[in-house]
Amino acid sequence: MANIASTTASAGTEVTARALRESVFAGLITLGLFVLFVGLKTDQNIRNELILTQRWGLLAIFVIIAMVGRFLMVAYVQPWLARRKAAKAAAPEVAKEESFFSRNFSRIAIVALILYPPVIVALFGIQGSLKWVDNFGIQILIYVMLAWGLNIVVGLAGLLDLGYVAFYAVGAYSYALLSTYFGLSFWVLLPVAGLLAACWGLVLGFPVLRLRGDYLAIVTLAFGEIIRLVLINWTEVTKGTFGVSGIAKATLFGIKFDASKDGFAALMGLPISSVYYKIFLFYLILGLCLITAFVTIRMRRMPIGRAWEALREDEIACKSLGINTVTTKLTAFAMGAMFGGIAGSFFAVRQGFVSPESFVFLESAVILAIVVLGGMGSLTGIAVAAVVMIGGTEILRELAFLKVIFGPNFTPELYRMLIFGLAMVVVMVWKPRGFVGSREPTAFLRERKAVSGSFTKEGHG
Amino acid sequence: MEYFVQQLVNGLTLGSIYGMIAIGYTMVYGIIGMINFAHGDIFMLGGFAALIVFLILTSFIAGVPVVLALLLMMIVAMLAASLWNWTIERVAYRPLRGSFRLAPLITAIGMSIVLSNFIQVTQGPRNKPIPPLVSSVYDVFGIAISLKQIIIIIITAILLSVFWYIVNRTPLGRAQRATEQDRKMAALLGVDVDRTISVTFIMGAALAAVAGTMYLMYYGVVVFTDGFVPGVKAFTAAVLGGIGSLPGAVLGGLLIGLIESLWSAYFTIDYKDVATFSILAIVLIFKPSGILGRPEVEKV
Amino acid sequence: MALETTTMTMTQDPILKVEHLSMRFGGLMAINDFSFEAHRGDITALIGPNGAGKTTVFNCITGFYKPTMGMITMKQRSGKEYLLERLPDFEITKHAKVARTFQNIRMFSGMTVLENLLVAQHNKLMLASGYTVLGLLGFPAYRQASREATELAKHWLEKASLIDRADDPAGDLPYGAQRRLEIARAMCTGPELLCLDEPAAGLNPRESHALNELLQGIRRDTGTSILLIEHDMSVVMEISDHVVVLEYGQKISDGTPDFVKNDPKVIAAYLGVEDEEVEEVIEQIEEIEGGQGGTKQ
Repeated sequence: MANIASTTASAGTEVTARALRESVFAGLITLGLFVLFVGLKTDQNIRNELILTQRWGLLAIFVIIAMVGRFLMVAYVQPWLARRKAAKAAAPEVAKEESFFSRNFSRIAIVALILYPPVIVALFGIQGSLKWVDNFGIQILIYVMLAWGLNIVVGLAGLLDLGYVAFYAVGAYSYALLSTYFGLSFWVLLPVAGLLAACWGLVLGFPVLRLRGDYLAIVTLAFGEIIRLVLINWTEVTKGTFGVSGIAKATLFGIKFDASKDGFAALMGLPISSVYYKIFLFYLILGLCLITAFVTIRMRRMPIGRAWEALREDEIACKSLGINTVTTKLTAFAMGAMFGGIAGSFFAVRQGFVSPESFVFLESAVILAIVVLGGMGSLTGIAVAAVVMIGGTEILRELAFLKVIFGPNFTPELYRMLIFGLAMVVVMVWKPRGFVGSREPTAFLRERKAVSGSFTKEGHG
Repeated sequence: MEYFVQQLVNGLTLGSIYGMIAIGYTMVYGIIGMINFAHGDIFMLGGFAALIVFLILTSFIAGVPVVLALLLMMIVAMLAASLWNWTIERVAYRPLRGSFRLAPLITAIGMSIVLSNFIQVTQGPRNKPIPPLVSSVYDVFGIAISLKQIIIIIITAILLSVFWYIVNRTPLGRAQRATEQDRKMAALLGVDVDRTISVTFIMGAALAAVAGTMYLMYYGVVVFTDGFVPGVKAFTAAVLGGIGSLPGAVLGGLLIGLIESLWSAYFTIDYKDVATFSILAIVLIFKPSGILGRPEVEKV
Repeated sequence: MALETTTMTMTQDPILKVEHLSMRFGGLMAINDFSFEAHRGDITALIGPNGAGKTTVFNCITGFYKPTMGMITMKQRSGKEYLLERLPDFEITKHAKVARTFQNIRMFSGMTVLENLLVAQHNKLMLASGYTVLGLLGFPAYRQASREATELAKHWLEKASLIDRADDPAGDLPYGAQRRLEIARAMCTGPELLCLDEPAAGLNPRESHALNELLQGIRRDTGTSILLIEHDMSVVMEISDHVVVLEYGQKISDGTPDFVKNDPKVIAAYLGVEDEEVEEVIEQIEEIEGGQGGTKQ
């Protein structure tokens, strides 16, 4: 008995010793990483010369955090995780009955989204709700739609596309230019933008049919950049970096959302406010998202959708079964591009302004990250990832209390992308297959069993 | 004619920088089959490290000879960039090795975002100009060749020779080539695969840091967004030369540099990046294995 | 006896005619002037030592390689003829009705067994769904076709004794079951000629036996002709009607299993006898055969 106690005690000191060693190591690495960049800052003085500002205190804080963090990790968190894992392995697996919430997740989510604007207006008042409907609601839903569109290409067909933002841009500029030059209405241009983007999907898809994996990724990245550079340089039409402004707003059955006497507010007898237009846009993008989801779910159960997934799993086997892989790939590109284009024209109508600034590579990366973080192919997972990643970084703008901690000069927005990038890494390392790693089969004989992520392939084309 | 040769020299200088970055891409791709998206930002980070060392030298220690200053900038930048790339590999790529193929691509993009925003947050978003380090210009048969260009081309040549020697003539290089061919088999035969991959990241980062230092010296300015465009161009160079091939990366870099400067000289400068990206697309579509790469054949 | 069967099959109607097929990879002549016929309703086996070019012949027939020279004619029951070397790969299955399996199994491993069989009925379902448009709008014609497709899938799942695993991912099946699934999947395309690349490779004797049953069942019930590459001689000799032997890209023997089994050139190829010794071996075999024939008569 005493013997056992002494061994556990010695194991304990061993762990502590190891933790100390690792913490010193982590401290040294942190020091090396940050000594130049955190310890010193390059600033411009009045004569526009660069000078160095020293920040050794901040550097010390970084190093101490790293050391303490590593020590706690090795000494306490890792053993605890190991114990929990062992306990889990020892305990017999209990078949978990899915709760009501998880079974009806999508229905609950849709109802919640429909109720969202009135609830927000009730909580924050007419003016106070603007931010919540626009920055959170609309912003997140645009990304949901884009990610669902890209999901067709990447998640279902397994074609890695790093230039998806190009189609978003095509849609946005289609609406901006056609409405400015020809005065066409939003409702006419919405499908037109989708079709134009789909055509671009075919045009860009055709030459890359033979390419696989990373090569495909790089060529699509190049196409995305080419389209952006053309938008910047083709100034006669696109006005270059200045962008197109004063884009016409959308109307609801011909009713305008403005302060005129036949505007929406006046007709409904409501006080004049820009919130109604935002709420209208919220329902519009919600509707577009639902259409995207409906079409995707329907298509998955049809031969074309199955062919996309089969293409992701094994292209050669597809050919041997008489599937025309060329048209299958092109339809995937075109469908994905179409949804991107529709989202783009919505973006243009919401902003009233488009410029090449909005269509940089980073946007493509963010959309792809949402698709992969959500779990490729899973609409629910992708929507959750969009809420977490976009909502999470948007909320940083709201964290005024951080100013109390870090001083009045602290601007949380500055850290938005830094945190976004870190979150991408952390989530991916934690769940390499995304939030929803399993795949829902499209047909079944007896029971629908989710296919574990370890069987699905990620495609190579 | 003189104008043409002048552009040729400018193109070769630029191409040397691209070539040095491209080697990092090509080696990492060769050994673990991933596009290290953060590599361009490692290059930018190297440039910043060199900038900070330069400022330390000018503001704290006066009268350091230029050669020594350049050397110090280069060495510190190499150390800093290597440490960063090593750490990134450890925390963001190694845990995902052998899992889902897209996962490391996403963490690499994430790391690229982290690096550029880290520099933006810690060093500020503005351009960082420095006074010219070396400014002599020589007139060779009517062509202006600056000392900067000579330094860049010579340093590139020296480093590439060292590098070629390491990869082709040392046990470390042999381990790298073995890991590239078949990671499992190499491990079975006693190659420390983890260490080999780490060393590959360190070597790639060191070269990128030298490129960053040269870039700072050549243009006299660096900014936190500088990782992306040179990064993509260097990757283009790696692909153009045939990914996985070291001479290919250098050749690709030189070609991209030449194309860029000749295009700007004879056509419109606005579309020079469009030209680069178009070439990337065209090469990949018609000859995906690049100039010196081996074609990949899939067995049915 | 051997002669009789050969003449009998010769009178049958050929389904596949390969004439003067050559395939060159760079400097290597993988197939050299190779001709043979497979007859309707037969199980034809293509055998030969490793590296003889069997899979290359298959890849030429199914469109994955374009042959350097030669003609491959597929004659359907309706009398329609297709020149396979001119068709793009997917049309060989779609129009010419030639289906194949692979030496290294190619499953859609992340899809369920049932889904695998539904993917195989792509072209039929695509038509029924009005190229997706009508199906998207919920037209009943697609639902009907979809039900029929599931029925056909069920039929083949029962034949391949996979019905209990219909809703499991294909990647989760044991090796032998995956082989059977691949055959069932190929059958769902409704082929007239089924090409199997080493279907018995890696199977244990019991699985191998089940495979034989499946193949014979296919021939009996659907009249599908089968062309197979095989190493396992017990499978070849048991089920095939006609054997073609390939060595170094050239045909060295062609006939009934019994004929081929006793062909000295085949024995030499398999036993690896040197050229000068072939004559000797032939003599020896002739002696033995003569002796056997003598005793039998």
